[in-house]
Amino acid sequence: MANKSLASRKQTVIAIFLATGIIFLGRLFYLQIIDDSYELSANNNVLRYVTQYPARGLIYDRNGKLLVYNEAVYDLMVLPRQVKDIDTLEFCRLLDITPEGFVQRMKKARDYSRFKPSLFEKQISKETYGYLEEKMYRFPGFFVQPRTLRKYPEPMGAHLLGYVGEVNQSIIDKDPYYKSGDYIGISGIEKSYEEDLRGRKGIKIRMVDVHNREVGSFQNGLYDTLAVMGKDLYLTIDAELQQYGELLMQGKMGSVVAIEPSSGEILAFLSSPTYDPNLLVGRVRGKNFSELSKDPVKPLLNRAMMGQYPPGSTFKMVNDLVGLQEGVLNTRTHYTCQGPGSSPIRCTHHHQSPLDVYIAIQQSCNPFHWQVYRSILNNPRRKNVKENYTAWRNHVMSMGFGHKLGTDMQFELSGNIPSAEKFDAIYGKGRWNAMTVRSLSIGQGEILVTPLQLANSAAVMANRGYYFVPHVVKSIGVNETRNEKFNKVTSTIDPAYFEIAVEGMRQVATMGTARWYQIEDITMCGKTGTAENPHGKDHSLFMAFAPADQPVIAIAVIIENSGFGSTWALPVASLMIEKYIKREVSRKDIEERMINGKLY
Amino acid sequence: MARERNNVFNNLDWTLVIIYLVLVLMGWLNIYAAVYNEDHNSIFDLSQSYGKQMLWIITSLFIGLVILLTDARFFSTFAYLIYGITILSLVAVLLVGSEVSGSKSWFEIGGFRLQPAEFAKFATNLAIARFFSGQHINVKDFKTRVIPLILLGIPGLLILLQNDTGSALVYSSFILVLYRMGMSGNLLLAGALVVIIALSTLMVGHIYVSGLLVILAGLLFAFMKRNRRNIINLLALLIMGIGFTFSVEYVVDNFLGEHQKTRINVLLGKELDLKGAGYNVNQSKIAIGSGGFLGKGYLNGTQTKYNFVPEQSTDFIFCTVGEEWGFAGSLVIIVLFLYFLTRIVTLAERQRSDFSRIYGYGVAAILFFHFMINIGMTIGLVPVIGIPLPFFSYGGSSLWAFTILVFIFIKQDANRNALL
Repeated sequence: MANKSLASRKQTVIAIFLATGIIFLGRLFYLQIIDDSYELSANNNVLRYVTQYPARGLIYDRNGKLLVYNEAVYDLMVLPRQVKDIDTLEFCRLLDITPEGFVQRMKKARDYSRFKPSLFEKQISKETYGYLEEKMYRFPGFFVQPRTLRKYPEPMGAHLLGYVGEVNQSIIDKDPYYKSGDYIGISGIEKSYEEDLRGRKGIKIRMVDVHNREVGSFQNGLYDTLAVMGKDLYLTIDAELQQYGELLMQGKMGSVVAIEPSSGEILAFLSSPTYDPNLLVGRVRGKNFSELSKDPVKPLLNRAMMGQYPPGSTFKMVNDLVGLQEGVLNTRTHYTCQGPGSSPIRCTHHHQSPLDVYIAIQQSCNPFHWQVYRSILNNPRRKNVKENYTAWRNHVMSMGFGHKLGTDMQFELSGNIPSAEKFDAIYGKGRWNAMTVRSLSIGQGEILVTPLQLANSAAVMANRGYYFVPHVVKSIGVNETRNEKFNKVTSTIDPAYFEIAVEGMRQVATMGTARWYQIEDITMCGKTGTAENPHGKDHSLFMAFAPADQPVIAIAVIIENSGFGSTWALPVASLMIEKYIKREVSRKDIEERMINGKLY
Repeated sequence: MARERNNVFNNLDWTLVIIYLVLVLMGWLNIYAAVYNEDHNSIFDLSQSYGKQMLWIITSLFIGLVILLTDARFFSTFAYLIYGITILSLVAVLLVGSEVSGSKSWFEIGGFRLQPAEFAKFATNLAIARFFSGQHINVKDFKTRVIPLILLGIPGLLILLQNDTGSALVYSSFILVLYRMGMSGNLLLAGALVVIIALSTLMVGHIYVSGLLVILAGLLFAFMKRNRRNIINLLALLIMGIGFTFSVEYVVDNFLGEHQKTRINVLLGKELDLKGAGYNVNQSKIAIGSGGFLGKGYLNGTQTKYNFVPEQSTDFIFCTVGEEWGFAGSLVIIVLFLYFLTRIVTLAERQRSDFSRIYGYGVAAILFFHFMINIGMTIGLVPVIGIPLPFFSYGGSSLWAFTILVFIFIKQDANRNALL
């Protein structure tokens, strides 16, 4: 019954089956094994790389008091590629932004990258965050990124601590670590210790479903990297002293820097007027920053390192030390002083004459120091004035002037000790002499120092001839101490000569210009300065260290346009020393007068 | 009676039964993976599709057993009756059925839905087998040529009216049965040519295809025996061919729905609508393509589990296979299907009864059509046509219907020695 020829059609039918199967297998082979673009698409579909932001390291003072901590905030991020079919109006209403604002932000994000997340709205409120989290599935492409913001429990040390801000495009281009919306230290130690403070970002690979909802981690977190928290910093700063200094300096323009001479650790570092560091955090930063930068008293300027002042009389011992070292001055040397009428440099004080180096320092006699300076520059040992001047300059610079000290803070200025070449350029080669550049002998003229350098010179005096590079970080974490990173720098002056200068400074405090501000039980060595200021009233300066024999603090105070060194800078320094050594200030009347002094 | 029952199991083709069981089990595993969710993991959880599918599998096995225990002659005797009842249910569903995603093809009974179109496949197969096994069959006879077309046309049209194009197209698979029954091989070839011409016309436009046809005709003319009859035939074919190319575009432009047009355009690569019509196929290819050689491992698929692939437990179930079991798994499934199909055809040829043989071919044809369209569409070789992958896709009606379809044949085969 079965037709033989028709039965053979079975072969044809089976051939059709097999042909189809072979075509399918060929296609599958292509899709699954040869073409790997599908694997990539699958990952793009499902994997979301969520950056884990580490908390920034905390900052403590030298006694373990917390100065800077973090507060959690939430940034709304957008992945432009995934944004589709969302209810824009609803979204805008939720975030309280305008539709134009939405379009603008989206454009900015897309311009950055369609495939990488961009910041859409920073630091959204907790309520908005709560609401968004719930409705997130309706807004594919958006997600919330927890971040931390800096907080300052007691506002102080704004210039020292610096601030943190969002990275800009040029940073992103330079350093691949940073992505749009990341934060970076912009000034102060936030900047100089950025790499320690920031920690290391981690990546968590999350899987999302078609509705952009997270459904778990990828491969149980096998490829995730944990964020490593930033390292804490322990500063050399004494918070109590710092705060006290800021209190004393309120209403005054200027700076106070205090250093522990035996280590170079900076105990207080302040610039006044200052500002509350909390103002430069988060959403309000931009607004506050522009207000602060418009303020005529320049609260953003870090005067402690970027303010450059003529040192005035505080420079006199430096000049004397060079004279002693150069052999043109000894303790038996006497110069006469014709009093207020003397020439070419007037003496501003009434004292005995002729006088030796001790009295000269004690009484801050201008003519004496000019004589010393002239003998240095006219020293017959060298060929000419230029060579003698260069020797003078090298000695001065060895005590930390005229160059950056190499501290661990950003934007240090170098001050100015003019070079001989500079004078050649101004006056012509061989056409200048000691007389021409005489102002330098009393710390005036072209000479400029920063408060930090002045404090450092007090440390040099305290140490009788050397300093450790001043710095503000004592240790990174608990163990990684920093002091050894900051070298000891020895001056070119014999330590024995320092005893002479120190004795002069001691007499300043006991018998000289600073005698009204002696501290009970503490021998202070110091020097006042009243720097002529071509732009206005004289600057008031004081540099000192204490106690005389085993110094624990070296300090410089500069108060702009406030007249005599002994009127403002000296009492402030004296109170600071008392505060640091005794932890308590007994001279309440002076303290009150200083706190209430409004000088601008 | 007892002896006969023993006969059934002794003569059973266990190969078919075992492959059937393997495919059904693999299907269930893939449905479980496609909707896998750590919160619901009891395999009998009836709120989840794998829980329901387990129920369908158990009932299917029961149905299969019942069929094996039924007298083999029951199906040939009542073939027309079963066909009639099915046709009535297809009419009824048009009147009282409920609509699910655009197709009015479901009866709602309690919480469950029944799709008569699924059952119409085996019923029509029964009717066709019954018709061709009749006494006065002569393939040259007009009646013999027309009646099968009517038998196929009625359910096809009714299902088309339900707006279930995919299921209606299944009836075109009977061309294989007709071919086996003596239909000219040229028609099969013509059928293939029609598909090829239609697709190439859509791809490059009718002008080029017509031009190509003219060149082919010219070549044929040059080499064939040039008698009058051949020349007339050639001319007729050429004119029909060119007319067809023109009509293809006309039909596509005027009769197909917008979504069908885009589906075709997407397949042909003329349109890249990855978010609209092309989304399914693109995601499906991504899922399968990301599987690699060995796959991502069972339950580790991401594309299917997280719903990037739509319909991932029904029409696009093969994506789960491709993603989680990779090329190796896909190969196993395809080989199993091919072996199953050739086994059926081989068994069909050994039948003594025409009814059994024709029915067997029908089974193979229907299964093959589903296999070809379903897997073809997931890998982007065939336009998206919503029909299930036999034994794999989630769905009670289709599993029941495929079980009945296959087990009637197994029963007939087991009974082949009892006849004559």
